Amino acid sequence: MKSRAVRAATAIAVVSAVAAGCSLSNGDGGPQQTPTVTLVTHDSFLAPQEVLDAFQKQSGIKVSVLKQGDAGSLTNKLVLTKANPIGDVAYGVDSTFASRALAEGVFEPYTSPEADRGPQRYAVDPEHRLSAVDVGDVCVNVDTNYFTAKGIPAPSSYEDLADPKYKDLLVAEDPATASPGLAFLLGTIAKYGEAGWKDYWAKLKANGLKVVSGWEEAYTKDFSGSSGKGPRPIVVSYASSPAAEVGDDGKPRTKALLDTCYRQVEYAGVLANGKQAESARKVVDFLLSQQFQATVAANMYVYPARQGVDLPAGWAQVAPLPQKPQTLPADQVQAGREKWIGEWRTLVQ
Amino acid sequence: MAPIGFLVVFFAWPVLAIVGRGFAAGGLDTVLGDARTWQLAGFTVASAAASTLVAVVAGVPVAFLLARVKLPGVGLARTLVLVPFVLPTVVVGLAFRALWPDGGVLPIVLANAFFNVAVVARTVAGLWARLDSRTTDAARALGASPWRAFRSVTLPALAPAIASAAAVVFLFCATSFGVVLILGGARYRTLETEIYLRTVDLLDLSGAAALSLIQFAAVVAALVLGGLARRRKDGARIGSGSARRPRGGEWWVAGAAGVVLALLLTPIVALLAESVSAPDGWSFAGYRALTGTGERGALQVSGWDAALNSLKVAVDATLLAMVVGVLASVVLVALRRSPAKSARGLGETMDAVLMLPLGVSAVTVGFGYLVTLDALPGDLRTSPYLVPLAQALVIIPLIVRMVLPVLRSVDVRLRQAASTLGASPLRVWREIDLPLTLRPLVAAAGFGFVVALGEFGATSFLARPTAPTLPVAVATLMGRPGELNNQMAYAACALLMLVTVLAVALIDRLGRGRVGEF
Repeated sequence: MKSRAVRAATAIAVVSAVAAGCSLSNGDGGPQQTPTVTLVTHDSFLAPQEVLDAFQKQSGIKVSVLKQGDAGSLTNKLVLTKANPIGDVAYGVDSTFASRALAEGVFEPYTSPEADRGPQRYAVDPEHRLSAVDVGDVCVNVDTNYFTAKGIPAPSSYEDLADPKYKDLLVAEDPATASPGLAFLLGTIAKYGEAGWKDYWAKLKANGLKVVSGWEEAYTKDFSGSSGKGPRPIVVSYASSPAAEVGDDGKPRTKALLDTCYRQVEYAGVLANGKQAESARKVVDFLLSQQFQATVAANMYVYPARQGVDLPAGWAQVAPLPQKPQTLPADQVQAGREKWIGEWRTLVQ
Repeated sequence: MAPIGFLVVFFAWPVLAIVGRGFAAGGLDTVLGDARTWQLAGFTVASAAASTLVAVVAGVPVAFLLARVKLPGVGLARTLVLVPFVLPTVVVGLAFRALWPDGGVLPIVLANAFFNVAVVARTVAGLWARLDSRTTDAARALGASPWRAFRSVTLPALAPAIASAAAVVFLFCATSFGVVLILGGARYRTLETEIYLRTVDLLDLSGAAALSLIQFAAVVAALVLGGLARRRKDGARIGSGSARRPRGGEWWVAGAAGVVLALLLTPIVALLAESVSAPDGWSFAGYRALTGTGERGALQVSGWDAALNSLKVAVDATLLAMVVGVLASVVLVALRRSPAKSARGLGETMDAVLMLPLGVSAVTVGFGYLVTLDALPGDLRTSPYLVPLAQALVIIPLIVRMVLPVLRSVDVRLRQAASTLGASPLRVWREIDLPLTLRPLVAAAGFGFVVALGEFGATSFLARPTAPTLPVAVATLMGRPGELNNQMAYAACALLMLVTVLAVALIDRLGRGRVGEF
């Protein structure tokens, strides 16, 4: 009995040691001929491996991706490590957080030759420390089947959401914990102004608004139009979300309300104090290139910043880019963000 | 010295660095003077205490079942009870949201208790199974009712185990993050979620530092109370208790344990059902999808690769934690046995200090790594080795808690006798210590392994997209639209549960059912 236990334990120890050896030697070991540029980005980053491989073949630069949370968390980590950055180039700081990164001197100036193909429309900084890579709109989405079945028209505007006809139907995210929640709040501030947004939210609250902490819960548990089949047919999500809800019949089950959108632009830039600035610039060029831009819609549910890039088939009908989204100047967002979130928490919670 | 060095470099230094930044920024007094801060602290302590109470009340009958009852299926129950402990919080949070769509205090308390019933049940059962039954028999012979005998004889004897488990459970509940975020939404927040919010979203480091101090104080208080209770009654008579068929009123207790187990299994069964349901009926698409990367490539690697990575990382973390934990325990035992009072005091302080990683927010440690670890050779901040290091940090306190009592129970006289008879120190270790402690050590390693498998907080900060663990992959899949991603997330959870059950069953067999006692 005793010896069996000893043998078994020894076997486990040996197996674990071997396994540990395997996993510890699996790192970035091996000789490295090609320079590796570390791209720091957010959790939603997704690029087809073949596109990254093609870039490596053409430029001789290997891109190593390092994901660091959502846009806010990414920005804050870049700020904390600005003296000795954890990478060479960053992508995913959005218009909500861009001014914090710029004010802290996280990025160094670089004007990409690709930037005049459209991205400059979204420029935030005269020194061109940030280049726009993609554009995403946070919009209210509705479950179209619900409204057809009830025989009432779906809402279409901010005002409608406060209409008693749509009482207890809307679920939104907490602006303090979820970026779509923050974008929706900013959209209402852009729409109603610093003087009027609180009245609007008071009406939303009186109309049975439900607030949850994250997009996952709102969209997959509370919203009736997606996998969770929840109780609420109106949700704060993205302009591109309906593209994921096309049924087998080819028809979308959901719709984005294009008059309730707030635009977030995501930027890339070369990190100041990085070790390989020259290669990092080439990676920025790559992110703005036709090849990479053609992948962003299908992989990350955002719209390319470059002009003349085709969207996936069907997006034109199901998930068109909103024409007149709400926006706020980056410095106004920077100045007001924490104050608004604080006021919102007092008002809505 | 090695264990202290490890904790200083990978715990104390990063935490002090990030909290220090908050101090430097000033404004701590405004946060500490804000009434809302203290409401937050009050809610944190009260809800964690409530969860601990629920976990103890639910865990003790289960402990009775595991320790004293001989019925078919008890062995299986011993294994299954650990499953909730490793489930990804996002999944459990969403499962409880399905039952309580509006969230609130009750589901927060119950969900936190759900995770921790196993800690109480298995810790208490470990002691109960070895409790000398003759004292109870004597009480009964003198005319005490079974309830009276339990209350005046058994319960006091179990107190150290209950207190120890309760302290650990309180720590887990007071610092639980995902559950509170999902079920509390914007309304109910704890120190932990507020520290996360202020650090990650607002970059309000001074606010986060102030809250960290309060959390730290609460944790130290819980540790001191747990330590006192543990010491007060540390003289339980250990004999050979025996398991048998319940009789009389014991059936009620066994029945209550059965109810608790059924309640624990409900979310697990619901989760399994979810993993095989599609909009149009049953489907195994989620499981088939594990070989791929999800709908529209939601993951960068396949579900199986994530599972494999989980195993590798957990093995590394366990080995590391065992080395540090066992060394630390050896030192602690030596200090405790020392004739010098100061050494014993030092031992007790160190014992408490080793538990602190359980009470500090993962975000504080993670952000601390960012501002400190570039000073080490090889810039560990972005290294893949950081994940096993962080997981080891989480499981070291648990391993120390399990190994320490075992090492302490080795009779010094046995070793002295062996030395006197001419055995070399190595031989003493091989002939006395190793055979006496091997099984519990294996059990501790097994438990550490299982916790590392399920660890999410620290791992999600540090895992690379090319090497996610299963819980991280589950969270990623949950965060993407698409029916298949949802199903695949639940299938990955089922896979995680299966691996856990297999690991626990194997280790239980080796360690004679002593996995997970504190």
